[in-house]
Amino acid sequence: MTELLTSIAGTGFMDWWDGFWSTYNTVIFSLGVNAMLALSIYVTLSCGLLSLANAAFMGIGAYAASLISMQTGLPFPVALAAGGALPALVALIIGIPTLRLSGVYLAMATLGFGEVVRVVVLNMDITGGPLGLNGIPLKTEWWHIVLLLALTLYILARMRRSKIGRAFEAIKEDEVAARLMGVNVAGYKLLAFVIGAAIAGVAGGLNAHYTFTIGPGNYAFENAVEILTMAVFGGTGSLVGPTLGGMILTLLPEALRDFNSYRAVVNGLILVLVILYLPKGIWDPRRIRGWANTFSRRKTQAGGSN
Amino acid sequence: MLQLKNISKNFGGLQVLQDVNFNVPQGGIFGLIGPNGAGKTTVFNLITGLLRASGGAIEFDGQDIGKVAAHKITERGIARTFQNIRVFKEMTLLENVVVGMHDHMDYGFGSVLLNLGGYRRIEAQARERALELLSWLRLDHKAQMLADSLSYGEQRKLEFARALATKPKLLLLDEPVAGMNPAEKTELMEEILNIKQRGFSIFMIEHDMRFVMGLCDRIAVLNFGRIIAEGSPDEIKNNQEVIEAYLGKEDSE
Repeated sequence: MTELLTSIAGTGFMDWWDGFWSTYNTVIFSLGVNAMLALSIYVTLSCGLLSLANAAFMGIGAYAASLISMQTGLPFPVALAAGGALPALVALIIGIPTLRLSGVYLAMATLGFGEVVRVVVLNMDITGGPLGLNGIPLKTEWWHIVLLLALTLYILARMRRSKIGRAFEAIKEDEVAARLMGVNVAGYKLLAFVIGAAIAGVAGGLNAHYTFTIGPGNYAFENAVEILTMAVFGGTGSLVGPTLGGMILTLLPEALRDFNSYRAVVNGLILVLVILYLPKGIWDPRRIRGWANTFSRRKTQAGGSN
Repeated sequence: MLQLKNISKNFGGLQVLQDVNFNVPQGGIFGLIGPNGAGKTTVFNLITGLLRASGGAIEFDGQDIGKVAAHKITERGIARTFQNIRVFKEMTLLENVVVGMHDHMDYGFGSVLLNLGGYRRIEAQARERALELLSWLRLDHKAQMLADSLSYGEQRKLEFARALATKPKLLLLDEPVAGMNPAEKTELMEEILNIKQRGFSIFMIEHDMRFVMGLCDRIAVLNFGRIIAEGSPDEIKNNQEVIEAYLGKEDSE
């Protein structure tokens, strides 16, 4: 009897799960990919660089990985590795001249670079021009994303605890002082830029292999801003912030489906409210600790009056 | 130890330094004084590689450092503090000092990723050394606090500790007592003497005459981009040109 019940419940759950998975698997995959994208821009932000090239690097990685999968028989890991390596190489080349700029000037130069990439992709034959690439094999499994997100988090966490992370933070706080403490400022900025590009590229490669189709419009200005928004929304003081930010901003549009055509408005409103009232992002350990303290104080006060 | 030979610097048409020559000897405290706008901080910026001289040569330990990158000059043994304090405010005191040890932490990316013994040992040693340097300046009890929470005088001392972390042979102090109250000045004077006694050579720029006269073994005076005098504190005090530069010329009537 019980066996029968569990098997009915089991099949019921399995049916529900299959339906759920086929509807939402791209959303679930995007949770991890967007977390990686937010982390990719976190790396440059942690070094004090406002670079908006990450959507372009994602695109370069996506095209490189997809073309390898579609035109050669090479295995998926090779395609993904190329998807990380090519943007890293491009970042190395364009980083040397552009990273001399700072602040909004760097933001503008990197946005310009993103536009150049988009137009080049739009006009090349091998990339399929404005039609993009269709029929990219669906090779991304959920555990690929989990594994690569975990690897990204691990590497970045290790770096934070070393002289590399300290050098990044010193540069962010005071470039001149960092230089005179013996930090090779130009070198570390380039390192941050290249690492960010590689992470964005791998994320792009993963993304292309579950969306079936990609086009030049997927990696344009709006996407660059969206990546930045995810990191800033989550908070750039730690690794938790961008990860959460990427995930929440992936889920938010789904959760707001009931608002139908007003979805974008509500989405924007939430962003504005967070930026206004939580300027350091939703993951701000000091503020959260402050809340926890007030909460426990209230609780003890309530307990005392009993 | 440090030699400036015929150094000149102009920003566009503005001649800031002209034919500046002096020699900072090993050991002891050398002072560079001069009225506001005389070009003192420019001298420091040239020595530390933040600016390039328009002419002349800078030699440190017999080697030309005129074209060496700023972070490489630090590696060769020149460290400095800043007139407007530049500590890393969002870092703890300990982290501030450990940043200064950047060049002396030799481990590869691989040992960071795998958390290997070499990396762990070097990090532990750096922390220990940083605490020791903080204790020299009596800041070790605040090691885990954010630098932002320190008073002005304490931030200056933290800058000293951070500069010492780079293992300098020569320490450049840019107006160390600017904006300090008398008690802080006296305390800082002691700290500077302590650092000198530990074998560091010191080269400082300062406005406060009593402070300079009390500390320095040798002083050079800069006025309108030229060295107008060099000598012991007593010689400087009685130098006619120096008195004129500071107090103006007496009317001949």
